Amino acid sequence: MIPRDRLALAALLGIGAAGSAVALMATSAWLISRAAQHPPVLYLMVAIVSVRFFGIARGVLRYGERLLAHDAALRGMRDLRVLVYRRLERLAPAGLPAFRSGDLLARLVGDVDAVQDLWLRVVLPYVTFAAVGAGAVVLVTWLLPAAGAVVLLALAVAGLLVPWLGARLARRREERVAPLRGELAAAGVDLLRGAPELAVHGSLPARLDDIAAIDERLTASAAASARAAGAGAALATVAGGAAVWGALALGSPAVRAGDLDGVALAVVVLTPLAVFEVVLGLPAAAQQLARVRGSLARVGEVLAAREPVREPAAPVALPAGRVTVELREVSAQWPGSGRLALDGVDLVLPPGRRVAVVGASGAGKSTLAAVLLRFLDVSAGRVLMGGVDAASADGDDVRRLVGLCAQDAHVFDSTVRENLRLARPDATDDELRGALRSAGLLATVDAMPDGLDTFVGEHGSRLSGGERQRLALARALLADFPVLVLDEPTEHLDVSTADALTRDLVSATRGRTTLLITHRLAGLDDLDEVLVLDQGRVVQRGRAADLTTQPGPYRRLLDAELAAV
Amino acid sequence: MRYAHSARRYVVLSVLLGVLTAGLVLAQAVLLARSISDVYLGGATLEDLRAPMVLLGLVVLGRAAVAWAQESAAHHASAQVRSQLRRQLFAHAGRLGPVWLSGERSGELTTLATRGIDALEGYFSRYLPQLVLACLVPWAVLAVVVPADLLAGLTIVLTLPLIPVFMVLVGLQARRRMDRQWRALERLSGHFLDVVAGLPTLKVFGRAKAQAAAVGDTTERYRVATMGTLRLAFLSALVLELLATLSVALVAVGVGLRLVEGGLSLQTALLVLILAPEAYQPLRQVGVHYHASAEGLAAAERVFAVLETPPPVGGTRTDVPDLRGTRLSVRDLTVRHDDATAPMLAGFSMDVRPGELLAVTGASGAGKSTLLAVLAGLVAPSSGRVTVGDVDLTDLDREAWWRHLTWLPQRPAFVAGTVADNVRLADPQASDAAVARALAEAGADFVPALAAGQDTVLGAGGAGLSAGQRQRVALARAFLRDTPLVLLDEPTAGLDAATEAHVVAALHRLAVGRTVVVVAHRPALVAAADRVVGVGHRVEEAA
Repeated sequence: MIPRDRLALAALLGIGAAGSAVALMATSAWLISRAAQHPPVLYLMVAIVSVRFFGIARGVLRYGERLLAHDAALRGMRDLRVLVYRRLERLAPAGLPAFRSGDLLARLVGDVDAVQDLWLRVVLPYVTFAAVGAGAVVLVTWLLPAAGAVVLLALAVAGLLVPWLGARLARRREERVAPLRGELAAAGVDLLRGAPELAVHGSLPARLDDIAAIDERLTASAAASARAAGAGAALATVAGGAAVWGALALGSPAVRAGDLDGVALAVVVLTPLAVFEVVLGLPAAAQQLARVRGSLARVGEVLAAREPVREPAAPVALPAGRVTVELREVSAQWPGSGRLALDGVDLVLPPGRRVAVVGASGAGKSTLAAVLLRFLDVSAGRVLMGGVDAASADGDDVRRLVGLCAQDAHVFDSTVRENLRLARPDATDDELRGALRSAGLLATVDAMPDGLDTFVGEHGSRLSGGERQRLALARALLADFPVLVLDEPTEHLDVSTADALTRDLVSATRGRTTLLITHRLAGLDDLDEVLVLDQGRVVQRGRAADLTTQPGPYRRLLDAELAAV
Repeated sequence: MRYAHSARRYVVLSVLLGVLTAGLVLAQAVLLARSISDVYLGGATLEDLRAPMVLLGLVVLGRAAVAWAQESAAHHASAQVRSQLRRQLFAHAGRLGPVWLSGERSGELTTLATRGIDALEGYFSRYLPQLVLACLVPWAVLAVVVPADLLAGLTIVLTLPLIPVFMVLVGLQARRRMDRQWRALERLSGHFLDVVAGLPTLKVFGRAKAQAAAVGDTTERYRVATMGTLRLAFLSALVLELLATLSVALVAVGVGLRLVEGGLSLQTALLVLILAPEAYQPLRQVGVHYHASAEGLAAAERVFAVLETPPPVGGTRTDVPDLRGTRLSVRDLTVRHDDATAPMLAGFSMDVRPGELLAVTGASGAGKSTLLAVLAGLVAPSSGRVTVGDVDLTDLDREAWWRHLTWLPQRPAFVAGTVADNVRLADPQASDAAVARALAEAGADFVPALAAGQDTVLGAGGAGLSAGQRQRVALARAFLRDTPLVLLDEPTAGLDAATEAHVVAALHRLAVGRTVVVVAHRPALVAAADRVVGVGHRVEEAA
């Protein structure tokens, strides 16, 4: 998932950069040692030029490496994002629990981007370490084999053992510290939410002490790991020092014995001094690896997740235009759930008919919407669209006939116009304004500083809750679906805003085939039929006016609602 | 530093360890240079080298010990500093009051208090020690190199200051460019999350498949824009590396040539060669850890910004009139928040008579909760005044005033702990029996039926109780505190009719001998009041 040629080139440059630093020290050591024999300067020219070359090469190569590596990582990110997106497109929304939680989704997106760190912050540092370390070992071994062995051992300790121990330690510490940190965060949320009340009631100092106690346990737990981390740093220092010390201890007798040219002694002793610089970043790389592993696993899960809907191999074409949609004995269940969310539901929606579905939360109302949009396959029964079984048609074709305005309809971080045009890219301004008028949002948009071109913010954060829902409604109206499903459009709104919106959408949908899913019963009198769902079954159906007058589930829901106002 | 005392001790310790490090670096260089020179030119045996070898071993162990001490001290200090900042942050947030803390801000602050402050670890354990070394080691190196070889010393003296200068120049340029592109970069990088979060919506409109190309295109634009800034940002590292290694190369070649001419001993030349990179090393590490620290410092800035927000100032008078016989008057009260143009309350007046149960009604957003917060002394009036008898509320010491009242906001405080702990939030010293009595009076008859009665442990936010049960546990605080004035903000919001009846009955018991002001939305609660005041349309009527 990353351009290999660019990455390989980046690795080469990185090796060149780190190698230059080592070579700079080695050639300088040789140059000075040779110079001490007072040879003609000409004999030193190669060494002098090399020293200068390595002096310049390091910075330049490193610059090239970093640019190339980041470029490769960003290209990899682009490709992985597209791959994961294509996969998510098949899974959304029923196939992935993350679609029910904004936090999980944000983490998943973060994971996709974090995977690139594997190359940038783990693989490249280790490749550089391995290549430059090997080079230094070969150089020293060539001059004095025993010293080469010492350097190899010391590099293994500082470059492999210490980071490995460090990463293990970090993981253990995380396991111990994470629950405490969670406790601290929860206590912090409680405290901040309640801070003014606690201040008035004089109990703020006591609560601060409680938080300080958690904090203290956290600190104590971290202190033990800090000492161990310090031991790691000390071990790396000892390894580096031992390599130099060992090279000197082995080199001195070798010079006397004639096994090592005196000129090369400084090279044997000082090369290890320089090479240990490549080890510095490795503990961070090892810890990064532990983090990236989690991200990799989660991205892998997404790529391997089972699709909630089976698309037919040879899709049948659906009739176009205003068709009758029919549910016959439909049952459905969500992936990973043991019970039926819909259980033998019958429903006929001829063109122009408007039906409301009411019931407590968890009664199966949203499942009904998911089945109609083919976000979820039925487990029994059939959904017919103009007489054709929806399961034999392409999901996108089904969604050309049946549209949805969901309670959590996403408002994109863009302008009002762009958000609306999603429904119809070729819509004229007049059509956009018409849809806004039907949704009761035109006056608001006209009052905005940039009108249709006003940016609505992330998740529509610059709009109020009611305005967001109205924008979503306008978008659904603009798309002019033959059948429109409105799923709890008034959820999360206060009562008066909710009732005003319900009034507007009941009038805006006149003449359109509509299924209105709601938990509020106010304002449903105009609709042709009301279905009461309970635990996936239709327990009552009829016109709102009739249901109001007879005892039954609808009456009970209504009483509860009236009592609550 | 201003806010964290333990940081000072740590800085002192870091400097001490830094001095030690510098000394050890010098000792190692001297020992190495002399040993190599003695063996190579002097023909010394391993026997002759015994003393320097032992010393060299000790130096290595010494450096290891310093590394260990530095790491331990860094973690210890950063943990302490973080606790201190956290405590101050929480305490100050309490003082700043409900309006300041409203909405998203409490979420933001929690993130800041946990993840934000934790990011300071990088600053304390990595950046600060390197900064200390960068200030000490170059001087120590120069102190040795300059007397040994003036020219090499001069090379270092001249190049070293160039590094911070160039880094600042390039850094500023990069920052300016980043600032200009920041919004665009953020948009491009946030696009993927926006599209993924909107996938169900995109599918509804048949646009999901087409967006795959847009995801690729946007990320590609993000790559191009990012590379543009990186080319500049990495320049500072390039300058740093280039100057550092090139200077070492210059020094090496220089001493090599002078050695040939005989103006220098091998030992000195080696000493200079070993020490030259050491002069640049700490500065380069500062650069490496700069980004880790920047994140922590940004968090620290935000913490300081919160700590420097002045809390609403109270008065100094502690002679609070006896509320059992004193009328509270609100006259022409206007409250305006700094960032909002429309006032929350505009020219509102009312009286609260001692001993009455007064309901405050009005549309949502009319300022009912703000009125209650003003009465509680948590929000200062922008204009107009509130008087207690003949004393202006703003002249009263806030804590003295608080001792005479109980205030329960719409979402009363709940903490992880027992039911009794949560009642005691109103009076930490209350006995178990007093808590049990208060719970009974508040109609919390479900408590004895819980697994461990009032010692049943609740999760964060009162998890384990229903909304109605939480309201009654909160109401028990008013009975426990037993203050002459009780301010309640919609105590029956979100409750079913049966639970609401429980709470209304408890409210009647609470009103005996106390003045109760209750923000009410629902008819049952309004009906319970002696008198009703409407906010937002200046009507005062008798019930």
